[in-house]
Amino acid sequence: MVDFLQFVVNGMMIGGVYALIALGIVLICKSSAIFNFAVGEMTMVGAFLMWTFFDVLGLPFFVSIALTLIGSGFLGFIMQRLAIQPLIGQPLLSAMLVTLGLSYILKGVSTLAWGNTTERISATIGGKPLFLGSIIIQSDLLICFVAASLIFIFFFFFYKYTDIGLAMQAVAEDHRTAQARGINVRKTFAIVWFIAGVISCIGGILLGFRLGVTQFLSLVGLKAFPAVLFGGVDSMVGAFIGGLIVGILESLGGGYIAPWIMEPIPYIILLVVLIFRPEGLFGLKRIERI
Amino acid sequence: MAYCPCGTRNFDYKKDMAVFRTPFHWGALVILLGVLFISPAFLHGSIVNLINEIALISITVMGLNILTGFCGQISLGQSAFMAVGAYVTAILATRYNFNFLIALPCGALGAGIVGVLFGLPSVRIKGFYLAMSTLAAQFIIPALISNPFAFITNGTNSLRVPAPQLGSLTFNTPQTFFYIVVPIAIIAIYIAKNISRTGIGRAFIAIRDDDLAADVMGINTFRYKLLAFFLCTLYAGMAGGLWAYWLRSINPDHFMLNNSIQYLAMLIVGGMGSVPGAVFGVSFLLILDHLLREFALQMGVFFPTWANLFQQASTPLLYGLVIVFFLIFEPRGLAHRWEVMKTTWRLRPFSY
Repeated sequence: MVDFLQFVVNGMMIGGVYALIALGIVLICKSSAIFNFAVGEMTMVGAFLMWTFFDVLGLPFFVSIALTLIGSGFLGFIMQRLAIQPLIGQPLLSAMLVTLGLSYILKGVSTLAWGNTTERISATIGGKPLFLGSIIIQSDLLICFVAASLIFIFFFFFYKYTDIGLAMQAVAEDHRTAQARGINVRKTFAIVWFIAGVISCIGGILLGFRLGVTQFLSLVGLKAFPAVLFGGVDSMVGAFIGGLIVGILESLGGGYIAPWIMEPIPYIILLVVLIFRPEGLFGLKRIERI
Repeated sequence: MAYCPCGTRNFDYKKDMAVFRTPFHWGALVILLGVLFISPAFLHGSIVNLINEIALISITVMGLNILTGFCGQISLGQSAFMAVGAYVTAILATRYNFNFLIALPCGALGAGIVGVLFGLPSVRIKGFYLAMSTLAAQFIIPALISNPFAFITNGTNSLRVPAPQLGSLTFNTPQTFFYIVVPIAIIAIYIAKNISRTGIGRAFIAIRDDDLAADVMGINTFRYKLLAFFLCTLYAGMAGGLWAYWLRSINPDHFMLNNSIQYLAMLIVGGMGSVPGAVFGVSFLLILDHLLREFALQMGVFFPTWANLFQQASTPLLYGLVIVFFLIFEPRGLAHRWEVMKTTWRLRPFSY
């Protein structure tokens, strides 16, 4: 029982970061129906930027975080302007494939810029592990989880109550109607991608502290995809819970079955979910009419 | 509807539907095939090897073309299905001493069956949900190969495959293997072209354009989607089996997500839904990739510190840039360029 709880807690903690990255996908999906396959690479670039600012250039901690966030936001913005904007009105398939292409470009560019070594951000977060009864909670993971949850809550309310958030919601509902109501759709798209860049970069920084800054960070995107689909592509709460589910499944599968199953198990469960509830656990069911 | 040179008339339906319409077409075909078949005799081994690779990858991209190009279902798991074909073929060849003429179709069939299993969710989902379920195949299949089935697949270690043999002939050099892979590729292209021209192909295209409308018109969308998955993965399995005989040593690492995305890139570059386009895309990208890597190798002489990085970065950069540029500037791919060129040539010197 203690083992079980320990696995669940570990999974939840890391799942918080997956949830955050999934949130970046959901925001874009909601507003423009594009599934962003490049999110893993955006995460990785965020971590590399953080390392560059903090360790290479030696800037103060919070300054480098701020610069990293702005830099990643602009990365998202540039991606949207150069690659996504020209494809508006094209079939969905093209928009999806273009994000795959972008992920490849980011991978290539970051290999050229930073190489394929593992770097460490020299600052550490967290300290001694916490004990909850006989369950051990590693404090850096706990900080990741809390930070991810706070950011998640922030964006949840941002989306619901600010003007920009409401504009994003309107664009998500219908582009033309939104435009008719005086919302600048192009600007909103740009903001959405900026925010998505920022969010995935936060995930990258958090993971960078824990796992080191490497090219392999981009693989985290592959954990966020099932998280998004578990929750349903248009549900923010769903993304959060989906992220936790993926984390917990991974940790339980790795602990009880075998380590090799950690990678495919979210996908195995995902297949089952897709067959029985194609719209995800919290997604909106869309009925097609002719 | 096809544009013909002046004076070519079609007197019956059969003639109207013909792929090769004029004596010139037939002559060109015969000469091309003839040159192709004697080419290994006078080409360098590495070039023959490149041709083999192009033919092999053409088969799998042709399968992807049936599924994604004609039927509009996205697959991100093509190389996982290739892995199934490769391993079935390799296991039959090594452990049960099957001849390659039997092992290859068995591998293709095995991949086809697995493909149908993963195609089942396409009944209810489409778009990126479907992409996700094929992505699931991409993770589940290599993980299964390298762990629970390790007793038969050698797990993450390579599985060695004997060279294909027919009587006293052993196809163990690029020049001899050429005569296995190229005929199979030509047959595969022939079948794909003809699928696209029959009722099945038209049903696929109807589903791609609007699956709801296709359903209303009486097309059994479920059946045809599964059929598309089956054909696609059948091609993938055949290509995988050939891959096993080509490298004669297979490893789950040969069949990762990267490869699946590269196959999609080839399809985009060639032009989705076009049979010659798939071959164009594969040739274009593979040749460019080889040239770039050769270039990186040469650069390594001058910039030793950068050579390694450049070599690693060149493939993702090439594929990424090519995907983005083609999607934005030429979404119909090289096949469309080819058509434009042909039309221009036909109308020369009058451009109208």
